[in-house]
Amino acid sequence: MLKLPSVPGGAPPRPGTPAAEPASLKDNASEAAISALGWLDERTAISGTARWVMFRKVPKGTNWFYTLGTSTMMAFLSQVVTGVFLAMYYDPSPNNAYESMRHINNDVFLGQFVHGMHRWGATTMVVLIFLHMGRTFFFGAYKYPRELNWVIGVILVLLTMIMALTGYLLPWDQRSYWATAVGVNVFASAPIAGPYLGDFLRAGPEFGATTLSRFYAIHMLLLPGLIGGLIAAHLYLVIKHGTTAPPWIEAEIDEDLRKSEA
Amino acid sequence: MPDTSKNTSPYTADRNIPGAFEGETVTRRRFMTGAAHATNGIAVGMIALPAIGFALGPNFKKLEERWEAVGRPDEFSPTEYISRTITVVAGAGETGKTTVYLRERNPDIDHEPEDEYNQYIAISTRCMHLGCPVRYVPASQRFICPCHGGVYDFLGEVQGGPPVRPLDRFYTRVKDGLVELGPRFSVNSELKRFSPRDPAQDLDALGQYLFPSRPTIRKIPGT
Ligand code: HEM
Ligand code: FES
Repeated sequence: MLKLPSVPGGAPPRPGTPAAEPASLKDNASEAAISALGWLDERTAISGTARWVMFRKVPKGTNWFYTLGTSTMMAFLSQVVTGVFLAMYYDPSPNNAYESMRHINNDVFLGQFVHGMHRWGATTMVVLIFLHMGRTFFFGAYKYPRELNWVIGVILVLLTMIMALTGYLLPWDQRSYWATAVGVNVFASAPIAGPYLGDFLRAGPEFGATTLSRFYAIHMLLLPGLIGGLIAAHLYLVIKHGTTAPPWIEAEIDEDLRKSEA
Repeated sequence: MPDTSKNTSPYTADRNIPGAFEGETVTRRRFMTGAAHATNGIAVGMIALPAIGFALGPNFKKLEERWEAVGRPDEFSPTEYISRTITVVAGAGETGKTTVYLRERNPDIDHEPEDEYNQYIAISTRCMHLGCPVRYVPASQRFICPCHGGVYDFLGEVQGGPPVRPLDRFYTRVKDGLVELGPRFSVNSELKRFSPRDPAQDLDALGQYLFPSRPTIRKIPGT
């Protein structure tokens, strides 16, 4: 049986395990798993954190709308995974980008499927993030003490929209090219800062070779990291605060307690 | 700890700080903390500043001024446009090219002051709503945008839809017997020349100040 190094001096004998009985395969397997987890926990104390994250009290009235945040996170994770695989074939240079997308869609095994997941996943994530935002708004979950989580959420919405804009350019076909030209000009139409912002996004006054690689770097390096970090902070606060009860749930008043305190 | 709260002497020795040196005004612990923060700041700056400069550099780099021959003078007519494809950004393949509509200057309709750069009129195909490519329709003598219904007349002035100013133009000149096409410029509703602006940026009244010109692209000085 697999034995990992344990407490120096050996673990104390487990109570209630008759030593004489021959261990079955199942017993051996669960022993091994427990031993492995025990080894990890002794060195990281992870089980306390895991319990803090997973075994939380949820308010009465919690319903399906509370799954929208997790769904958004799953959409994001799916984008990360499919994106990594697309990056293995994609070439962000103006002369090859279109050709590499064609290659992914037509030649690579399951390429069109992975590309399709990334494309539909992007739309799904945008829809889900707004539904989640609507849920927290209509349930009043943005109120004290959760204002900061709302603020983090607003930044996440903005970053998600920028992800959508920068990703749209990458197929480098007529639609993506002109849609992005329009998108950058929308940014550039802001007074005073707009013209400089436009130059920044394009890396110059005209769309060029640097524009595509710049969008690609923002899309696959800068923003995923930022979004990942912000999701971690968002979830930390969700767990710290616990979730809000739906607004139609009345607070329960313990009459005995009220009397005893009066 | 000795009580130092009431003692306001600048010397650490006078404030009864243990281990203070004669004439010392900053404790060594404080000095070390400060020095560590400063070192950290310098280290972060050494990484961050070049990275930021690298990202912002293109905002200050001027687009190279290009002149490209587009035909002999007798190929152009004062009453109809012909199209030419020119390169505006070198090294970007097809992406660096754009279509331009050209005709000879026609004194009956072109009233802006004449100079060496407008003997031929070159109209950009970038829509001044949000930048889709407009197309010249000879039958109606209008420029039509496919995206949101922008319409421009023969001079490139807005006739309908959302565009905020007339179509951009390009400088033209005649050199060695050939018509050459140069950099882009923008025009306001009186067809007065301005440094190139992006679409959706109004150039009438306060517009030129709300949407300043950029270091990356300017009109030819003195025009
Ligand atoms: C990448 C995007 C996002 C992810 C992955 C995410 C994830 C989550 C998760 C898993 C929860 C807990 C479960 C739930 O209530 O659904 C949550 C709660 C919350 N989210 Fe988000 N979220 C995102 C964006 C946003 C946005 C855009 C807002 C609003 C502007 C927002 C505001 C909140 C608030 C206020 C809570 C607390 C809800 C409560 O206490 O009941 N989040 N988020
Ligand atoms: S881009 Fe031409 S009308 Fe909108």
